[in-house]
Amino acid sequence: MATDPIHQFQIVNLFPVAKIGNTEIAFTNSAAYMAVAVAIILLLTIGGTARRSLIPGRLQSIAELSYEFVADTIRSTAGKEGMRFFPFVFTLFMFILVINLVGLIPYTFTVTTHIIVTATLALSVFATVLVYGFWRNGLHFFNLFVPKGIPIYILPLIVFIEVLSFISRPISHSVRLFANMLAGHITLKVFASFIVLLSGAGIFGIAGAALPLALVVALTALELLVAFLQAYVFAILTCIYLNDAIHPGH
Amino acid sequence: MATNSHTEQPSGHKGAFPPFNPNTFGSQLFWLVIAFVVLYVLMAKVALPQIGAIIESRQKRIADDLAGAASLKTESDAAIAAYEKALADARARAQLIANETRDKQQAAAEARRKTLEGELNVKLAEAEKTIAATKQAAMANVRGIAADATKAIVERLIGKAPSDKAIDAAVGDALKS
Repeated sequence: MATDPIHQFQIVNLFPVAKIGNTEIAFTNSAAYMAVAVAIILLLTIGGTARRSLIPGRLQSIAELSYEFVADTIRSTAGKEGMRFFPFVFTLFMFILVINLVGLIPYTFTVTTHIIVTATLALSVFATVLVYGFWRNGLHFFNLFVPKGIPIYILPLIVFIEVLSFISRPISHSVRLFANMLAGHITLKVFASFIVLLSGAGIFGIAGAALPLALVVALTALELLVAFLQAYVFAILTCIYLNDAIHPGH
Repeated sequence: MATNSHTEQPSGHKGAFPPFNPNTFGSQLFWLVIAFVVLYVLMAKVALPQIGAIIESRQKRIADDLAGAASLKTESDAAIAAYEKALADARARAQLIANETRDKQQAAAEARRKTLEGELNVKLAEAEKTIAATKQAAMANVRGIAADATKAIVERLIGKAPSDKAIDAAVGDALKS
């Protein structure tokens, strides 16, 4: 069990909640970590700023930094009008970031290593883009698929490619986050299990275990970066997609 | 995967890759939606307005402070200008007063000098007059004394007093030479 790199992704039902149709709804370890992430974010953003200090303390600094960071990201990619999606993008960014970071703590569970979670988040972005795009631009939203200045005889091909790339967005959007987190955690687990295996093989094994140990340390640092980077990439892609909904003309 | 694993046991199927096990999708979706919606509502209604207000109030405070500093600076500049003007005025007035005082005192000194000079001249003239009178009186006395002395010397030499006329003529001759 300890050496099985897949075991860490196991969903464990803690207690059942309801049964909808044929589907069992249970409170799982995944749900517990979602709740932990929500609690951490609330502590940071609401608890940390409750004093409303003019000179921010540590928690308030982090909250303000996150606020400014996401706000700047939206402004630079989707313009002023993109700020109406600020709560959405901020929630996505913080949710994914905290889940990724909490997942790096040994023996914890990483919610974003499940495709259903990342796919749901990506589809919510996709749906937002579609609904807002049509609500704001009406049929002009289709201009998104018709780049200007393209000769008429290759236009059908271009439109086909544009539609295809638009539809594949939620797939790449969700798989990127899912695969990064999954692969990172498997790699960490594999190298960590090498340490256990080697150190069980006598004095030379313990000496040999130093190499995977060093690798695990380095990988943990890398995964820390990946945890932040993937949350950022998810957020900035959301902004870019939302920008298409706001300004569909290329 | 129609068979539902029972809730008591972990829902992991041996061999199935957990992230692709659709039996867990329902629970995950359910809690994800709840967690995300709760988080979204709290962020949109509480956290973000609060943080935004803090940042805005700080920026407003900084802008206010800068504006206050600028207005204080113009005020102090005006005060410095007023002070320098007052200083220049006072200096000019002091100069004026000094000049006036000097002129007045000079005039007074001149007047005093003139009256003093006049008085001195009068005294000088009086003194000269007195000297002349005294000299005349002395000269007259000299003639009398000389005549008396001459009479006595001659009487002693020749035993006979000469006439007053002759003595007078002789003394007159002697005094003339």
